[in-house]
Amino acid sequence: MRHEKTEDKPVISASASKGDTGVYRRLPMPARYAINAVVVLVLLVLGELMIDGGAINRYQSTVLEQVGIYIILAVSLNIATGYLGQLPLGHAGFMSMGAYGCSIFIIRMSEVLGVGARDFVTGTPMALVLVIGGLVVGGLCAAVAGIVIGIPALRLKGDYLAIITLAFAEIIRVVMLNIDDVLGFELTGGAAGLTGIPGFSSFLLVFGCVAVVCFLIHTMMKSRHGRAILAIRDNEIAAEATGVNTTYYKTLAFVVSAFFAGVAGGLYAGCVGVLQPAVFGFMKSIEILVMVVLGGMGSMLGSALSATVLTILPEALRAFSEYRMIAYAVVLIIVMIFRPQGLLGSYDFSLSRVIERVMNRDFPWKRRDDKPAAEKDGEEVSAHAER
Amino acid sequence: MPSDKRKRRSVLVQMETPNLIPERDLGTIPVLQAEHLGIDFGGLTAVDDFNIAMGKTEISGLIGPNGAGKTTIFNLLTNVYKPTRGTVLIDGYDTAGKSVAEVNRMGIARTFQNIRLFSQMTVEQNVLVGFGNTMSTHLITDMLRLPGHWRQEAEFHERALELLDIFDMRKYADTQAGNLPYGAQRRLEILRALATGPKVLLLDEPAAGMNPAETEELMENIQKIRDEFQIAILLIEHDMSLVMGVCEVVGVLDYGKIIAKGTPEQIQNDPRVIEAYLGKQEVK
Amino acid sequence: MFITQVLNGLQLGSIYALVALGYTMVYGIILLLNFAHGDIIMVGAYVSWLVMAQLGLPPVLAIVLSVAACTLMGVLIDKVAYAPLRNAPRLSILITAIGVSYFLENGAQLVFGADAKVVPAYTDLTTIQLGGLSLSFPSVLTVLVTIAATVALTLVVQKTKLGKAMRAVSEDMGAARLMGINVNSTISFTFAVGSALAGIGAVLYAMAYTQANPTMGMMLGTKAFVAAVLGGIGSIPGAVVGGLLVGFAEVFVTAIGLSVWKDAVVFLLLIIVLVVRPTGIFGRTMSEKV
Repeated sequence: MRHEKTEDKPVISASASKGDTGVYRRLPMPARYAINAVVVLVLLVLGELMIDGGAINRYQSTVLEQVGIYIILAVSLNIATGYLGQLPLGHAGFMSMGAYGCSIFIIRMSEVLGVGARDFVTGTPMALVLVIGGLVVGGLCAAVAGIVIGIPALRLKGDYLAIITLAFAEIIRVVMLNIDDVLGFELTGGAAGLTGIPGFSSFLLVFGCVAVVCFLIHTMMKSRHGRAILAIRDNEIAAEATGVNTTYYKTLAFVVSAFFAGVAGGLYAGCVGVLQPAVFGFMKSIEILVMVVLGGMGSMLGSALSATVLTILPEALRAFSEYRMIAYAVVLIIVMIFRPQGLLGSYDFSLSRVIERVMNRDFPWKRRDDKPAAEKDGEEVSAHAER
Repeated sequence: MPSDKRKRRSVLVQMETPNLIPERDLGTIPVLQAEHLGIDFGGLTAVDDFNIAMGKTEISGLIGPNGAGKTTIFNLLTNVYKPTRGTVLIDGYDTAGKSVAEVNRMGIARTFQNIRLFSQMTVEQNVLVGFGNTMSTHLITDMLRLPGHWRQEAEFHERALELLDIFDMRKYADTQAGNLPYGAQRRLEILRALATGPKVLLLDEPAAGMNPAETEELMENIQKIRDEFQIAILLIEHDMSLVMGVCEVVGVLDYGKIIAKGTPEQIQNDPRVIEAYLGKQEVK
Repeated sequence: MFITQVLNGLQLGSIYALVALGYTMVYGIILLLNFAHGDIIMVGAYVSWLVMAQLGLPPVLAIVLSVAACTLMGVLIDKVAYAPLRNAPRLSILITAIGVSYFLENGAQLVFGADAKVVPAYTDLTTIQLGGLSLSFPSVLTVLVTIAATVALTLVVQKTKLGKAMRAVSEDMGAARLMGINVNSTISFTFAVGSALAGIGAVLYAMAYTQANPTMGMMLGTKAFVAAVLGGIGSIPGAVVGGLLVGFAEVFVTAIGLSVWKDAVVFLLLIIVLVVRPTGIFGRTMSEKV
């Protein structure tokens, strides 16, 4: 919220304690973005080098791709649950719309344009354009589904909204399963599945998408649009009386959430190569919801972390496959009983804030005595605001 | 925003009691006007035949015993409840069929009896939500952080802090609204309403839970807001010192009907008002 | 032929109704979508299989033990998983319910294996003659039991002291506590009654489809849940009407040869009802006081 102008006047702020100079020094906005961009790039290059060098084997890199896909699914669902405060139970429906939309687009277009399966692996420019186009098409398919679902669903409250989204997702699943019989030609492949999807997902593509999606969600939430969405969550009646067009912003949050789920679906298709409607059932939606709630509603970092852990853990526990689902269930119950707000609550990590703390020598252990408790709480949640 | 095609209806209502618009506001269109406003809740008439015409910079009060229908009138004026009868005009434009948010953008903002802040957002963000009416960046501009985004955020950051200065709340800008002391929460609600750029401000029991010193300060602030923003203020209040001290016109509501209307002096001596509050004196 | 289809619809609808009653009662009292409710039926079906096929005991014992096991299970789940979360955000309890559901499904899979077990017939009587019509006995029994259970439940809720306590707690938990109602035991009682109905549903389901498998509760539970919402969650007649609607819709769609679309039709029915009546057929509209 605070921009370049901060240098020329003293900042009086309840939660920003003063450094040694008396003025809390802040990073200028371009520097913050530059630092984050550099960190992301370094991580991407590092990962790619490790895969090329063989430090990460094929199986591990596939698991990594899955992690990235689930991160996108979780942070996108977080828009509707954590930020808008609704409970959609049909995220897998959006994911499947994206997966099928993207795959069908890429399969059909590569026939038309004469792009072969090899081209997707080597990454020719034409194939790259097709993949990006496919992901956008997938996202748009899901977004359209989001509008169709959102208009009736968002009129309802709480649990009724939950159940109606569940219903829509199940309908999408049944349609994917049986649409070929109605159309009279092969579109989705029915129960046998849609095959022949080029394996276009790669570590770079998936995590590039993760970075872009996280950036876009972050920037949306830290703008007037995001504030309107948060206002609806905090108090819908007051938001309306404050001029927020609640119908529009609810639908917006829902549609953006669906769009990114569609992108994740597209990446999923490119990762596994076969699509079966049964995969996108109710349990998949629940799996994604669990990631969001476990990580802490409204915390992007929480969603990403728990998506990572919950994707890697079952893989790591493959040897104990009989017990792992039970262990998963027990962990879920225990975490909810002892930490109902999720592991991270609504805390969100900001690299720039850490750097600013270091710049100002403002460390947690130094501020313990002179800060009233209420302000500390305030700070934890004002992580929503980039300070 | 009212469209230009809509016809302004500017005739003053004919009422039994004379219109009490302050002299300085005469000649302009009443900023808030309600005619024969009423609502029934399943057979029960909660408000009946409510009329009001407020001048551009008038401060009015609405008093009455608990359950008389005061908050219901606020809900009718802001379209939270759809009126069963009657019309509401804001600056001459009819609010019929508008959503609550649209009515707000037509120029009416309110606070709530039981505080309704965006409690998990910061104080500044609360005010910025109100400024949302005037902010115009496109979603894409914001998502891609194009220059327009920075320009607008910087401008409204300044404006939000300036607005907070009115109640000396700049120091709380980054505090989470739910963690504010009670009085500050009430003040923030008023500021958030002001940020939406209203022509009429409705205050629902602004002094509830305040001590006499705070009430005193609130009275000054209400007048200050009127003078600075040149808007009309309609308030519901049980604290008679505030009502009598700050309002130019007072209406008394009982069982959903206006039973008296006049200047504070007239109201204080009106037998009907005394009856409504204390009950009828038995004649022996 | 037509009569048979109607009876099939009634039978399926009755099972859904019994399960939906459990959803509705629990929702009515603690506003929880009890995801584990469907899995309680699975437990009941396995108990029947265990008692009859493994231990070779008589069907009557199987029925009693199935219902008892379900009742116990419901109360136990509430005490262990939900009770610690009475004041937590509702979403946390929902996730806990999902966790319990996972636990039961995977636990059953671990103990009994993934393949379906065949539940022996409870009775040798397969058809009964009624005025020249030959009717399936399980179907007729299912319908009769459901009617009896619904009437009994209505009487309990309307006439008994415990029923009054249940209604009071669902109206306002805090006020009920202040009036001296033991809220915790009332909630336990609700879970017990709801789960007992699920137990009866389990026996009737096993009678009709003669099998038990770890995930049988999921789709059955989801459909029953849809039925409860359709009828207006929290309402007893709503659950029955919703259950019958869902049952008839499924049987009808199957009868006209579109069985692959039956799930979609049920869910579409739900959407249409909710769009027209946002709180279901018998649901109360609650609006927030401004």
